[in-house]
Amino acid sequence: MRSLRVYAILYLAFLYAPIALLPLFAFNDGTVIAFPLKGFTLEWFHELLTIPALHASVMNSLMIAVSAAIVATLLGICAARAGTRYAFPGKKGILGLVMLPLVLPEIIVAVALLVVLLQLGFSLGAWTVVLGHVLICTPFSIAILNSAFQSLDRSLEEAAIDLGETRWSSFRLVTLPLVMPGIISSLLIAFTISLDEFIIAFFLTGTEPTLPVYLWSQLRFPQKLPVIMALGTLLVLASILLLTVAEYFRRRGAARTGQSETGAFL
Amino acid sequence: MSETSAAQAPAQSDRAAPPRPGLAEAAQGYLLVAPPFLYALLLLAAPLAAIALFSFWTQDYLTLDTTFTLKNYRDAFSEPLYGQLLLRSLLISGAVTAATVLTAFPIAYYVSFHVPPARKAMWIFMITIPFWTSYLIRVFLWKVILGYNGVFNTTLQTLGVIDEPLTFILYNANAVVITLAHAYAPFAILPIYVALEKIDRSLLEAGRDLGENHLTTFWRVTLPLAMPGVVAAVLIVFIPTVGDYVTPRLVGGPNGLMIANMIQTQFLKLNNAPMGAALAVLTMAMVTAVALIFLFLNRKFLRGRQ
Repeated sequence: MRSLRVYAILYLAFLYAPIALLPLFAFNDGTVIAFPLKGFTLEWFHELLTIPALHASVMNSLMIAVSAAIVATLLGICAARAGTRYAFPGKKGILGLVMLPLVLPEIIVAVALLVVLLQLGFSLGAWTVVLGHVLICTPFSIAILNSAFQSLDRSLEEAAIDLGETRWSSFRLVTLPLVMPGIISSLLIAFTISLDEFIIAFFLTGTEPTLPVYLWSQLRFPQKLPVIMALGTLLVLASILLLTVAEYFRRRGAARTGQSETGAFL
Repeated sequence: MSETSAAQAPAQSDRAAPPRPGLAEAAQGYLLVAPPFLYALLLLAAPLAAIALFSFWTQDYLTLDTTFTLKNYRDAFSEPLYGQLLLRSLLISGAVTAATVLTAFPIAYYVSFHVPPARKAMWIFMITIPFWTSYLIRVFLWKVILGYNGVFNTTLQTLGVIDEPLTFILYNANAVVITLAHAYAPFAILPIYVALEKIDRSLLEAGRDLGENHLTTFWRVTLPLAMPGVVAAVLIVFIPTVGDYVTPRLVGGPNGLMIANMIQTQFLKLNNAPMGAALAVLTMAMVTAVALIFLFLNRKFLRGRQ
């Protein structure tokens, strides 16, 4: 099985090759993105601080990502709770529709929303991007929350009700604390997805670009590329940090409800 | 009868719940699932229906002609460019799917069967991290890697493997396949891994006890049991990649463009939303057809595993 292990390590190298190159070019003292490297510089990071359009797009993206993460997680809680706790006819079809964006090409979701919003006379803006992002984040939230709710021992809640709590207060006092790590993990993942999403934002953003839409507009200018590399380095660091925190909470949740330690985000 | 009970009665009879789950429980389930369901209904199902409707209309500069016509579909079939883009999207996605799933299987197998249980989560986490980092920048970096003076060519030249830079790896379909195979790797690894994890290890021992060797056990026991994961991986890679926009645009060159690029052009550049809608409908129809055929071909692996 030695060869399989070598293959696995080569495969990881393939997966990490593009991100590993980012910092090399971000600190490279040359305007061309190619080898050999010229020397070390922090110039591109300094330049990041001087672009107001970039700062506006970052703020816009952060607002959209926070809103989308909260709404998607709330919807995810409803769907995951309904899916794991209750039996009702048509459940599969209903949840299937909610999970559909997971496999639908994003461009289809984007143009469908665009057509409807424009026909109804709405003007595009940050909120229309939020509408689209909630749609694609919710399936991920449900997947994460499903495993949190599934591992829940139903008798704990029943015990609370027997002891005089109402349905709502037993949910709040017993269930919610147990699934809280799942909720935090879902918030972070949805936030990360929204922050990184391009196609839907590209179609629905109107005049205020999100960060990926701004990035896209800059990729055309070769002289801007080193700055993009610096920005990319920061983005990668931020998402690794977010994911590590999300993974920490997911594992804590798994430990709390006595799950085995093999799961993943999906 | 009071008005409130009259209002409730049809709502309950609507559900026509079988007696087993209990009416009250079903009602609570519906109440809970209602917000996400309504959201998906209003912002997904309705817009998709609107796209289908739009595809039968026509656009004349700024006015939308809402008389029913098949003109867009006739154009889609008579104009060779559209057919060519649809076919190319299918072929590229097919190649991406094959490449991704075939290279992902050994990884999923390795993590499931050869990594100690305590370190499995770590491996899966490592595999998913690159997937979550800026898609645009990752795709762009492939351009840097595969380019004429790119990392790949300069490395091979320094090592003396090649004399001239390879040109068949950027601005064509190959580049799109490599980049997409990279982008969708975790999507293929995770479902296969989950399927492999579910396999009862004693079945493998039984296979060996009955005289099979490692290879035949894999072929006759492991692989059939892992097929639901492979099928899921194929669909979850194939369906979104058909509609990918960024990768063909950045690394595809003129001969690597796909149908999503044309849909975008129709909607945002040519201002011909009905034609774009028709192409979107055709894309979905094509994807659905391929997915159903694929599921049908694999039905024996999926039977009784619901």
